[in-house]
Amino acid sequence: MTLVSHEAPSRASFILASQGDNVKISTIGSRAWLIEAPGDFDLPAQRRIWSLAATLRARDDVESLIPGVTNLLVLFRQTPEDYDATFALLVAAWEQAQAVHPQGKLIEIPVIYGGEHATDLDAVCQHTGLSPREVIRRHSQGSYTVFSLGSAPGFGYLHGLDPSLATPRKKVPSLNMLKGTVTIGGAQTGVSALTGPNGWNAIGFAELTLFDPRAENPALMAPGDSVRFLPERIEL
Amino acid sequence: MIEIVKTGPLNTVQDAGRSGFRDIGVSVSGVMDPLAFRAGNILLGNDENAACIEVQMFPFKVRFLADTSIAVTGADCRTKLDGADLPPWWACSVRAGQELEMQFPRSGARSYLCVAGGIDVPVVMGSRSTALRGGFGGTDGRPLAKNDRLAAGVTFASSLPAQGMGIEPPEIALANVFPTSTEGLVQLRAIPAGEYALFEADLPRFWSQPWKVSLHSNRTGYRLSGTPVTPSKVIEMRSYGLIPGIVQVPPAGEPIIQLADANTAGGYPKIAGIIEEDLWRLAQVQPGQSIRLVKSDAREAIAVASQINQWFTRLRDNVMPVKTVMGF
Repeated sequence: MTLVSHEAPSRASFILASQGDNVKISTIGSRAWLIEAPGDFDLPAQRRIWSLAATLRARDDVESLIPGVTNLLVLFRQTPEDYDATFALLVAAWEQAQAVHPQGKLIEIPVIYGGEHATDLDAVCQHTGLSPREVIRRHSQGSYTVFSLGSAPGFGYLHGLDPSLATPRKKVPSLNMLKGTVTIGGAQTGVSALTGPNGWNAIGFAELTLFDPRAENPALMAPGDSVRFLPERIEL
Repeated sequence: MIEIVKTGPLNTVQDAGRSGFRDIGVSVSGVMDPLAFRAGNILLGNDENAACIEVQMFPFKVRFLADTSIAVTGADCRTKLDGADLPPWWACSVRAGQELEMQFPRSGARSYLCVAGGIDVPVVMGSRSTALRGGFGGTDGRPLAKNDRLAAGVTFASSLPAQGMGIEPPEIALANVFPTSTEGLVQLRAIPAGEYALFEADLPRFWSQPWKVSLHSNRTGYRLSGTPVTPSKVIEMRSYGLIPGIVQVPPAGEPIIQLADANTAGGYPKIAGIIEEDLWRLAQVQPGQSIRLVKSDAREAIAVASQINQWFTRLRDNVMPVKTVMGF
């Protein structure tokens, strides 16, 4: 079951909004706090988020930490009694956070670019003004970093897409996109983890399992990992 | 051991959920009404996280293949045991061969069938809950189907009296903690969230108008219908972690409340977060009914949580002596 979203207004920008100059701290409900890094969607901001997560992981009163894209959701075990003290604690933790460089692994993903699964390659070409070969060349030459996992089990939010390839999400999502489809959504790229509705633009397909609930490490990707896409075949 | 004789789609095995894997994209799942779930387990002397069957599509009918004890809590679904009426929020012993039928609720939306020892399906990633979207947990990651046979875990609790025992539902026992509006609508307490100020022009309406729960509502999320609330500017946010109870506003302006089976991350602006303590009430609102949102804060959430905990304590204290005194 999924919630189908209404069509977005055409003036919606697909360039992710800048976060301003200051860290933004807000609450969701009573025991979840969201810390959003200031500045651009870039690696230094994400590294500081990872550092913040590492600091907070040591605390007994923290139930879970959910890193997002240049942000971190902190879920306390219980609703903190003192709002101001919690706010101050998180600001101090953010100010102490340094950009850590996690020693992630390299994941190489062979991709069949074009062909039957690349249903939106034409749309990407139209939006970017690039030829299919050029889109594929630029996509497969990128070196990507896993910023965070979310949305579906094992799905990695990747950073490092060549800005010239950025293409808005589709107004009408595909209803049944295969897991393993290589996609571009806004300024991001990814590999779909589940078969189902998907609003990102399909440009290729990769035969890989991103998630196995019975494995010791259920998710293939982890924050800080590097990802490269290897053109296994190009079908145009 | 129980056998499913009749079921609608989307009835599942659930426990309190798997909350430890949100950072790799795994939804929490778990029961939508934790009060009904835990109360059922307390009545049976089970571990309070023993798995149960969450019934949200009726009629639902099971046959018991062995003598055991059961509890049915949550929505009043006019339960019948071999054709005889059982009161709501009731626990009793049952014999092999007996059949239990749950029908469309008079009130509420979800009923919970707990069995002594809990429903014994494999633990996957720390929980027996069904992750429908990931296709794992529960009964092979799928909803229950006719002819499914479910084993029960070992129980050390004494069996219940044949005539059974019941408890007062929380909407009565805790009526002063969980108020309804003058027109009889469920009131849900919500705390302003990150993008609250973007909706400034429409905030009075957000809090004052009743919101109708759309028919496109399920365990993933409840969609609200009403006069839309629109932000002063359209933003696409960077993906951030979601929790059940978050109220997001998609571009069309009709809010979505993400619930147990929701994604772990999303990008819509968030206007508010319903306090977790109130989510069980939303779980019992049927699509088509209306709710009201009431502005709240963390202090109130703490007070409500404390009242809920006291209710559970009273329940434990009351159930144990009854069983002891009656010699069961």
